[in-house]
Amino acid sequence: MGLDFSVVPPFAAALLTGALWTIAITASAAVLSFFGGILFAVIALYAPLFIKLPFRLFAWLFMGTPLLLQLFLIYFGLIQIGIDLPAFVAGVIGLGLHYTVYNSDIIQSGIRAVDTGQYEAARTLGLSRIQALRKIIVPQAVRSVIPPIGNNMIALLKDSALVSVIGVAELTLSSQMAISRTFRPFEFYVAAAACYYVINLGLEAGLRRIERRIQIAR
Amino acid sequence: MTDRPIIDIRNAAKSYGSLEVLKDISLQVKRGQIVAIIGPSGSGKSTLLRAINDLDPLTSGEVWLEDTQVNKKLPTRQYEAHINAVRQNIGMVFQHFNLFPHLNVRDNITLAPKMLKGLSKAEADQLAVEQLNKVGLLDRIDYYPSQLSGGQKQRVAIARALAMKPKVMLFDEATSALDPELVEEVNLVMKQLAEEHMTMIIVTHEMGFAQDVCDRVLFMDQGVVVEEGPPEVIFKAPANDRTKNFLRKHLKGQN
Ligand SMILES: Nc1ncnc2c1ncn2[C@@H]1O[C@H](COP(=O)(O)OP(=O)(O)OP(=O)(O)O)[C@@H](O)[C@H]1O
Ligand SMILES: [Mg+2]
Repeated sequence: MGLDFSVVPPFAAALLTGALWTIAITASAAVLSFFGGILFAVIALYAPLFIKLPFRLFAWLFMGTPLLLQLFLIYFGLIQIGIDLPAFVAGVIGLGLHYTVYNSDIIQSGIRAVDTGQYEAARTLGLSRIQALRKIIVPQAVRSVIPPIGNNMIALLKDSALVSVIGVAELTLSSQMAISRTFRPFEFYVAAAACYYVINLGLEAGLRRIERRIQIAR
Repeated sequence: MTDRPIIDIRNAAKSYGSLEVLKDISLQVKRGQIVAIIGPSGSGKSTLLRAINDLDPLTSGEVWLEDTQVNKKLPTRQYEAHINAVRQNIGMVFQHFNLFPHLNVRDNITLAPKMLKGLSKAEADQLAVEQLNKVGLLDRIDYYPSQLSGGQKQRVAIARALAMKPKVMLFDEATSALDPELVEEVNLVMKQLAEEHMTMIIVTHEMGFAQDVCDRVLFMDQGVVVEEGPPEVIFKAPANDRTKNFLRKHLKGQN
């Protein structure tokens, strides 16, 4: 049985839908992990210990265990305590929190790298600690760490394939469904890979644009 | 009332561990007065200046701004609200400008007035225009700090401080980080402020400027004010040997 890519076009619509779900879940988790990362970073650096500690424990758990396990826990495990999340929501939360922890690490180092003179200048004008943090420190920290955060987002896109195991019909699961009907794994996995590649190109182009836009504002 | 000092420092002392950086310094500055603080590196000039807005809190002693004690002891929360209100009256200009690089010139100037004084966008923009006009940089209103020269950055930093309509301006070596050819444009802005009778305390290494602009000169060494007086006296006929030594070294290159 040779390769025959003509089996793919009839499933183009299904694959495209899958690709759109991949984009949706990646974008949602990216937004969650970006703002979550800022929140976690600020807590890790400035909150009192009794708030800091539970967050630190949470961060260890999310860094030290497999993402796949986390997804299972959120989707299948939480049902036992009465939290029945739709697969898409469970996927966004799992991916989002996982990358929140990674983004938080990067943003923390970005905050530490902002010159103390920036904080002093803000405070001298009369801004409170929180105002200085919100308007001066965090925006600069985030700008300085856009490249490594971007790398995380690319990893996030690829990890989004994992949510296929909890039944989100994203790109990977869509191609598996096509395979189960055609028994053509090679063709469909290659087709899916090509789709991921194209999405990735779009993501990278977007990141480059953001980086260019913030260049002068550094 | 007019003779009340606007800044009143009473027995200021500051230590880092066993290192005494300020030793019982008292200083009164009247409205419209322009005071220069000179002295060798490490003598405590910046520490004293930064004690005025409590950026470097004193170990003991009091700082008063008119009838408000700047460094009064309060519970943390109350102190925060108090100091934020006080600092709005004290403008500060730093050696390294400390402009906010992620904001353009307009937003650098209007951020604090908008947040703290509730100015509308239109009012704030008008304020930015006024202040930039003053420092001669209206055409740079949409620029980012990274697109400005050092002298321009410092002039924007002065405009930013002035936009809060402070009662006093503090300058910590405002021209030390600048290339020599850019010093004059900043000095001109400061001279203009002097003509408008802005109260200023200026830490500087530029003896010529201190001589031209200031009403009073303080010479500090090792945490004490060794000698103070009008510039004619301090620069032309200093009484103290330490002052003489310092000036001999520092006036060599100038004049
Ligand atoms: N955070 C700190 N911890 C310990 N020592 C400090 C600290 N900040 C300043 N000092 C010391 O306090 C002394 C006075 O410093 P200060 O910056 O006020 O001097 P200065 O007169 O402004 O000097 P320069 O002309 O170099 O700016 C110096 O000996 C300095 O090493
Ligand atoms: Mg200094």
